[in-house]
Amino acid sequence: MSVFLDDATRRLRASPAAVPALLAILAIVIITLFGPWLNANNTETLDWLHVAAHPTLQNAHWFGTDRLGRDLYARTLAGARVSIAIGLVASAISILVGVSYGAVAGYIGGRTDHLMMRIIEILSGLPLIFFVIFLTVIFGRSEYLLFVSIGAVGWLTMARIVRGQTLSIRQQDFIAAAVAGGAGTGRIIAKHVVPNVIGPVIVYATLTVPQIILFESFLSFLGLGIQEPGASLGSLIAEGVGEMEAAPWMLLVPGSFLAILLLCLNIFGDGLRDALDVKDA
Amino acid sequence: MVVPILNVDELSIRYADRSRALEAVAGASLRIAPQECVGVVGESGSGKSQLFLAAMGLLAGHARVTGSIRFAGDELLGAKAAALNRVRGSKLSMIFQDPMTSLTPHLRIGTQLAEVLVCHLGVSWTEARSAAGRMLERVQLTDPKRRLNQYPHELSGGMRQRVMLAMSLLCRPDLLIADEPTTALDVTVQAQILEVLRAVRSETGMALVLISHDFAVIAGLADRILVMYAGRIVENAAADELLRRPRHPYSAELLKCVPSLSGPRLARLPTLAGQPPQPGEALQACPFAPRCPRAADRCRLERPALAGSSMSQVACHFPLS
Repeated sequence: MSVFLDDATRRLRASPAAVPALLAILAIVIITLFGPWLNANNTETLDWLHVAAHPTLQNAHWFGTDRLGRDLYARTLAGARVSIAIGLVASAISILVGVSYGAVAGYIGGRTDHLMMRIIEILSGLPLIFFVIFLTVIFGRSEYLLFVSIGAVGWLTMARIVRGQTLSIRQQDFIAAAVAGGAGTGRIIAKHVVPNVIGPVIVYATLTVPQIILFESFLSFLGLGIQEPGASLGSLIAEGVGEMEAAPWMLLVPGSFLAILLLCLNIFGDGLRDALDVKDA
Repeated sequence: MVVPILNVDELSIRYADRSRALEAVAGASLRIAPQECVGVVGESGSGKSQLFLAAMGLLAGHARVTGSIRFAGDELLGAKAAALNRVRGSKLSMIFQDPMTSLTPHLRIGTQLAEVLVCHLGVSWTEARSAAGRMLERVQLTDPKRRLNQYPHELSGGMRQRVMLAMSLLCRPDLLIADEPTTALDVTVQAQILEVLRAVRSETGMALVLISHDFAVIAGLADRILVMYAGRIVENAAADELLRRPRHPYSAELLKCVPSLSGPRLARLPTLAGQPPQPGEALQACPFAPRCPRAADRCRLERPALAGSSMSQVACHFPLS
């Protein structure tokens, strides 16, 4: 295993874009966490002297202000924090649900597998946005609900991937050996199947995070996600679109933040896939 | 008479789909006494592995099994998974042909071994690991302390088979089923593994089933030999008896195929002409008849049953004497 990890790290280092992308991701995370300390402005104070001010270093509104005079630097960082948090939490939910669901379906097989996969097909047949709107209508708008509802639909593909991997692992001799050793089904799934699918799971998870961030931004852009006075990158972009001609920075600042974050996450995910994608570990 | 440790009665294993049915094992019965070593020989597809996989509950899900397999008096066929899991790996163990793929790749050797003990005997992990280390020593794995912390891919095939063997012996099984344990190994390692098996058996007195297509492997260890052909047991006799005076023509032909170092030098190694019957063919006749040098009309019309005393049985109309 350690040899395998060393190998993967070496290959990851060798891939030209993955390491800079990872550094950029870390930089973004550090900025969003510690950036507010550098600037006295907060997300909710209205600065009537500088309404819709353009970015400048002179009045401490480094990224400018929005049409209510709120500091865009503080709001963008707060929005990015929310977006990243949703990306991570929803991915974690989708990993948790997807891996256990997929591993159980794949390992048990037969009718159970059939039934579980049909359920997935039905769920993935539902329009995603419709589903999320439906949930928000029933349970009301809340940040936590957004976490859960995005996670709840994000696990479908994960479950399919894990099931596919499990089907091939189930055929391996070491599973027969575990059965012959008297290990129960739960133990076999947890200790002998799941750790063996972890490679593809990690790769898919790193590619899920940007997808979910994008989806959250999309929902917020439509007004279904984070509500005022809170901010997410999507809601900031939605505001910015309204002032695009008069104050383009309101769109460009959160927009480029989102774009850079997604680009880096995707490049890193790709690099990780190449590094972990070995035929037989 | 002693209570047999394994008692298989009229076991049939069929694989059926809409178009055809295959019979992998057809009405096999056998008894294995405690502390006995039974060799099982046969060509590929003769059902020798299937028979014992059924005992372990390892057959594919669509296999239809009828008959009875009793281990120490308890019925294994149709037993609940929890009941099976109490027996499997503790009192009834099995090792497989390919040690390269039989160990879980991401777990350290020590963890895999200890898991068996923790699972079955409920001992602590620390205790289990030290017991695992001692067992590795007993199967003569070099440097057992270090091996505990290694991963399977760091070990050679022979070493892995020793680990598998150690794993199957941890709970002191009453019966070990070794399904071609040395087929994937080279000859010198094969001899060492068989030596370990012999040593362990004389120490613990466990019963052993040694499945192989190689008479040489079986001859050294087995007290008794079962010969299987086309899903049936065709001969069952004491090992030295069968090796010296086989009664079924198939056993005789098989033995002729074993090359000998002392005999005259042959230009061509003898082989058994023809093919074993397709498992799907419904057989009224003796399944070996098409390949048998002694086949007569009766053989093509009527299937011979396994008959004789419990120490020497043969399924042939015209056995060699």
